[in-house]
Amino acid sequence: MSNDTVLVLVVITALAFDFTNGFHDTGNAMATSIATGALPPRVAVAISGVLNFVGAFLSLAVAATIASGLVSTGKVTLTVVAAGLAGGIIWNLLTWLLGIPSSSSHALIGGVIGSTMAAAGGSAVLWHGLVSKVVIPAVLSPVIAALVAACGTWLLYRITRSLTDGARKHGFRIGQIGSACVVSLAHGTNDAQKTMGVITLALIANGTLDKGSNAPVWVITCCALAIALGTYIGGWRVIRTLGKGLVEIESPQGMAAESASAAVILLSSTFGYSLSTTHVATGSIIGTGLGKKGAQVRWNVAGRMATAWVFTLPSAAIVGATAYGIAYGVGGTVGVIVDLVVLAALCGVIYWRSRATKVDHNNVNAEWSGGVAPEQVPAETAAA
Amino acid sequence: MSWINLTALWKIVVFGLVAGAGLPALFAGGLYSLSLGPNRARAAAAGAEGGDSDVLVGGSVVGMVLAAIAFLIILAAIGWCVYEIYTLGHPSPAKK
Repeated sequence: MSNDTVLVLVVITALAFDFTNGFHDTGNAMATSIATGALPPRVAVAISGVLNFVGAFLSLAVAATIASGLVSTGKVTLTVVAAGLAGGIIWNLLTWLLGIPSSSSHALIGGVIGSTMAAAGGSAVLWHGLVSKVVIPAVLSPVIAALVAACGTWLLYRITRSLTDGARKHGFRIGQIGSACVVSLAHGTNDAQKTMGVITLALIANGTLDKGSNAPVWVITCCALAIALGTYIGGWRVIRTLGKGLVEIESPQGMAAESASAAVILLSSTFGYSLSTTHVATGSIIGTGLGKKGAQVRWNVAGRMATAWVFTLPSAAIVGATAYGIAYGVGGTVGVIVDLVVLAALCGVIYWRSRATKVDHNNVNAEWSGGVAPEQVPAETAAA
Repeated sequence: MSWINLTALWKIVVFGLVAGAGLPALFAGGLYSLSLGPNRARAAAAGAEGGDSDVLVGGSVVGMVLAAIAFLIILAAIGWCVYEIYTLGHPSPAKK
């Protein structure tokens, strides 16, 4: 029990990260259902929140990867974890402001790696674990998801080609809701575990838990709540980019995309890969654009996202390292507090900036005009 | 020390295709059988006149039974997956 004040601060920061993880990623599960009108936006985020909560209790395999597979836990101090989380949160909020569905997991992992390197040098990072468990899956998973979604899309249109358009839309909307629910569950299972892993890492660093321990029940419950709440708040900017920006989606494509995402995420979790649900969901949505004749993928939007993905790990690492530098420079508990005050201030600025071009449940489905924020439209048209 | 776990990779691709594309295809098959029957001809006729029907049930009993079987298989598959993930994700209940 070396420093309980810092431990409490770290847990709070971790839960804050979990919250940003939730609202950044609501779109992965619900963007297509919202875009096709299968679910009203508010209902969609509520269902997704509940299922994220349930999903968080489902598995602990990924939490173990984060806690032990990426950095040598002996070198990790509480200050390192706090700084890493700060890196993750800042990157998540910046990409949310720009409406880019970047990976929350990479933001978190990048932040922790950056602060670990600043604290203990490059040797404290388990590079092999990082590349084989994070980087390679990050490259492969969107491709696999796109393949599965393209096959699914082609099959769905082929099998139902004799149905009337109306009947097809009606039928697949139901299927879409089901598959989106499974994705929400998968997201809770996969992403809530990452925060559990970090809190477990902090508890181990503080000596509260033994090395190699599993996440305690209170950690699982708090993480489940934080991610569910974040999901319910809804990251409308990201939802809009995913649902309207990439591909104009019809309900069969929505179902194909969500099924592909669910299958790939759940299978990978089973193997302990902490892959990014965002990368998978994006890959799937692009795949549905490829699998349907005449559908158009907006590659410029996809390219912007891919660029952000490449930068996520290093950028979050730089913020994490900087945050560690500040905390180390000031020193001790005060250093961590200074870090968190700076973090809170930056979050405030980003939130304030986002108010200027507001995206919410009213205008999330407005016609895509090239940017995240829709052009100003009268309220009644936007709601329709 | 291998960089890529090829066993995991092919399993993810193959099972991904079976579950991620196969199950929705089964759902589509279910929708198709559900639409068989007299109502469908009427809906198609309405469609030809410019109207659009979103009626799903065609009226054929065999079609409805087949559709029900397809939908039940999908639900069972999802339930089984969730159960598998639960058991795999909590490997050692003995450990404190």
